[in-house]
Amino acid sequence: MVNRTPVIAIIGAGIAGLEAARQLSALGYEPVLIEKAPVTGGHVAEWNRLFPDMSPAADLVQSLEAATAKVRTMTGTEIASINRLKDGYSLVLSDGNILVCQAVLFATGFHLFDASKKEEYGYGIYDRVITNRDLEQWFNTRQDERIRHPKAVGFVHCVGSRDVKAGNTQCSKVCCITAIKEAIEVKEAFPDAEVYCFYMDLRLYGKKYEDFYIRAQRDLGIHFIRGRVSEVGEDIDGRVVVKAEDTLSGKPVKVTLDLLVLMSGIVCNPDAQSYAQQIGVAIDDDGFLKSRNNLGSIVESSRPGVFFAGACTGAKTIPETLAEARSAALAIHHYFNNRG
Amino acid sequence: MDFGFKLSPSSAVNLDTVDHARYDRLVQLVPDALTCIGCGSCSATCTAAPWSGMSVRKVLLGLQRGRDDEVDSMLSKCMLCGKCTMVCPRGINTRHLILTLCRLSRKGEVVR
Repeated sequence: MVNRTPVIAIIGAGIAGLEAARQLSALGYEPVLIEKAPVTGGHVAEWNRLFPDMSPAADLVQSLEAATAKVRTMTGTEIASINRLKDGYSLVLSDGNILVCQAVLFATGFHLFDASKKEEYGYGIYDRVITNRDLEQWFNTRQDERIRHPKAVGFVHCVGSRDVKAGNTQCSKVCCITAIKEAIEVKEAFPDAEVYCFYMDLRLYGKKYEDFYIRAQRDLGIHFIRGRVSEVGEDIDGRVVVKAEDTLSGKPVKVTLDLLVLMSGIVCNPDAQSYAQQIGVAIDDDGFLKSRNNLGSIVESSRPGVFFAGACTGAKTIPETLAEARSAALAIHHYFNNRG
Repeated sequence: MDFGFKLSPSSAVNLDTVDHARYDRLVQLVPDALTCIGCGSCSATCTAAPWSGMSVRKVLLGLQRGRDDEVDSMLSKCMLCGKCTMVCPRGINTRHLILTLCRLSRKGEVVR
């Protein structure tokens, strides 16, 4: 070990993995990026524009990819199994190779909640019900049969978040601001459309988020209805009929829409849970990986040589994810320094 | 004819058919009305509220839900003291908003 550059396996080449790889290379280590998908960039690569500056998601991904161009990156590669060694870990890869490393960084990210599990909202049943990801794809391609000059559009917050029956009691944290961002973009694309946001609470806590809210209200006249959508039906013209309670007036409301966008929440990546179990890394009761502690050591696991970055430990914004990736790189650096 | 039962009118709000002409005109004249977040501080501080049920929050909501009778009843109770304007976290000039609203007919025409 003494004279060799430590190898660090980074599981996942989304923005957390890429940023960590960049920092670890700069610190003189040999990171190896392992990505299941055929391309790097993760969820962010599927998005169109990002709050709060409305900058293109592709710009962020491309700058991270450029900065990690020299890092050994294995895309389209799954991890068949992962084992503990005396002095590190070995990863059996789907291409048959074995990667021996001295540290593992989980940058496994999240899964978007499968909106079809909330059957009452009709995703996968009614044509005009789509998800936040579908809408971002439409922003990217402007091609979707289901989106044809809508006159009324609704957004349902908290789909698969803060929902015991959906198996996720946690707040996904970024969907409120994402819903408002997407509502603004839809209103800009279809200025004559009425846009409704159905929310339980608006949790807009970040820098400049409140500006989005005020802009959506004052400049674009987007309607905010405080109440959780209870059920969605379809009328004879194929439009969707949404029922909720307007809890501020205490009355049930009903509205017919041409498009309903479900804000799918953030749940843990099941692959991460499986890898964690194989090497004895604890999983928290929210399903995400368990940090050594949630204040000072969020990027450290309870096992030596295993670190976390990004949404594998819970819902995160992009700046939080990038900051954690840098923090994890530094924690790994200290780990090897202290080992001597 | 007595059938032995009667039907109660639905209290549900149908946003497809609700007439919000007066609200639309109001937000043209007082665009800040759009930024209400329904926090209720206007109602909490209102000097008329404890006896009359006046609430600026409910007025704004009622306009968007087609509850004009309730809105007019509430407006008639306002004493225009302006305390609600002082507490609004979004800086809406609620006193001006109420005065503007009192000048609008249900169809949104300026009548006074």
